[in-house]
Amino acid sequence: MATTTTTRSFLQAVATEEVATPLRKVQMEGLVILKIIKHCKDHSPSLVTGQLLGLDVGQDLEVTNCFPFPMREEDEEIEADGANYQLEMMRCLREVNVDNNTVGWYQSTLLGSYQTAELIETFMNYQENIRRCVCIIYDPSRADQGVLALKALKLSDSFMELYRSNNFTGEKLRENNLSWVNIFEEIPIKVSNSSLISAFMTELEPETPVTQCDYDRLQLSSSSLMERNMEFLIECMDDLSVEQQKLQYHYRSLSRQQAQQQAWLQKRRSENATRRAAGEEPLPEEDPANPIFKPLPEPSRLESFLITNQISNYCTQINGVASQSFNKVHLMKALHEE
Amino acid sequence: MAASNRTVLQFSSSKTLSGKVHPLVIFNICDSYVRRPDQAERVIGTLLGSVLPDGTVDIRNSYADLHNEIGDQVLLDIEYHQNMLLSHQKVNPKEVIVGWYSTGLGVTGGSALIHDFYSREVSNPIHLTVDTGFANGEGTIKAYVSNNLSLGDQQIAAQFQEIPLDLRMVEAERIGFDNLKSTYVDKIPSELEGMEASMTHLLALIDDTYKYVDDVVEGRVDPDNKIGKCISDAVGSLPKIPSSAFHKLVDDSLEDHLLMLYLSSITRTQLSLAEKLNTAAQIL
Repeated sequence: MATTTTTRSFLQAVATEEVATPLRKVQMEGLVILKIIKHCKDHSPSLVTGQLLGLDVGQDLEVTNCFPFPMREEDEEIEADGANYQLEMMRCLREVNVDNNTVGWYQSTLLGSYQTAELIETFMNYQENIRRCVCIIYDPSRADQGVLALKALKLSDSFMELYRSNNFTGEKLRENNLSWVNIFEEIPIKVSNSSLISAFMTELEPETPVTQCDYDRLQLSSSSLMERNMEFLIECMDDLSVEQQKLQYHYRSLSRQQAQQQAWLQKRRSENATRRAAGEEPLPEEDPANPIFKPLPEPSRLESFLITNQISNYCTQINGVASQSFNKVHLMKALHEE
Repeated sequence: MAASNRTVLQFSSSKTLSGKVHPLVIFNICDSYVRRPDQAERVIGTLLGSVLPDGTVDIRNSYADLHNEIGDQVLLDIEYHQNMLLSHQKVNPKEVIVGWYSTGLGVTGGSALIHDFYSREVSNPIHLTVDTGFANGEGTIKAYVSNNLSLGDQQIAAQFQEIPLDLRMVEAERIGFDNLKSTYVDKIPSELEGMEASMTHLLALIDDTYKYVDDVVEGRVDPDNKIGKCISDAVGSLPKIPSSAFHKLVDDSLEDHLLMLYLSSITRTQLSLAEKLNTAAQIL
């Protein structure tokens, strides 16, 4: 009788590849959230980054601590310093029993304009060493509206494969059914706290039924936020139109080249016909040395995808703020009528 | 008669010092307490922050220190302390040492030695105790400064005097205490849910006020002039704009927002169209 589960020999166990369980949720501690908020708020409006530490267990990725990175100057010597700083911090934190495992990094953003090529590169760098890593994005400018703008992102697998092959032509994208929506995947965040902290917080909670959070959320002025969103949106549209013009130029030159090729081919064929009539060797119909046969490189779609992502982000934000304002304005109206 | 030189027990007057603690510090302390090595009974660490111009000490960050307490002796890992300090200052050079913390209720004998060490680093350090054992049935957080009691020229003791402490929970409020209170929250509330919660709070407040006013009018509750004044202030703070102007204001702002919504929807449609065109173009 064959047994369903057999003990595998060590060689077998090592030989089978581990399939990474897909990341479904990120579990953060309240401590990490507070640290990230503090770091981003202290240094806003400049953008800052930091490292996340935690455990990679089962389906959830637990983030238990984090530390900020110092602001990096554009200087070669400081590069080595940055690596030293990281090692030093991790060594020190390990001595106080903090999880020494890097699970990702966090960065602050300004009104959600974080989808850049650098983000993707950083992701690829991290992904080489860590099986499952996540990037937390925090937007300190939305804290004035009382919104906790915290997001956990990771790159989708199909996009990562495509990126490795560095091939973003139209055909490849159509093959893999990849559109701009599929680049980043957002992962839901859970919050957990140790019992000690929750005991402290329960006690330290102020008695007032209304908190600062409520004050922020119910304030009526959202025009500055909307204005900044619109400005960024307009800039992005300009960038997008530049990208589209590049594509159009490429198509036009491609069709021009094809026309040239056809004309050349016709000439060759007529030449060949006369030659055959004269009884000479026909010339080959292809001439790879001729510059009009050189294949034109197709511009990469990556930039336009990223810009499209940013634009869609701004649109979503505008939607959100507008709908909030609707509620508040109706509230004002009701108040006034009494 | 020869004037006798009387040695007087001098209490050096402490300046009226007070401290402000940010919630991150409490979180850090609790986290390092939970992660302490098995044989340690309490955790010691450094407080970072700044001294505000009006004299209050703003405690904004902290980190744990390695230490070992054997009976009366205390060993502190100074190198670790310096390394952490340097690393933290690379990120935020404005945060300096303002004191140190320890978990557990009250000040023990070993604390005086540690306080000595810290007073060499900064003048007048603050000693924060966080009672993680909940000895009094509640988590007491107290701050002390130390005064040296000297008899003439000789120092005999250090007196720890409590100073008022202000726990600024504003940042924690921003996240929402519900997220921080429970040991497990399934997901961070979205904007709309947060809005709903705030509106519910507002509604509850209005209901309470209404009930109170009703009670006073019916005579069930004694009127309190202070509360009445507050209520009339609140009602009076609604701006008195003539009805037509107010309606125009509301309608204008509604129109603006509708326009924004329309613009953003159009942009999104354009995006999906453009993307289809870009990738669908075939090269023959």
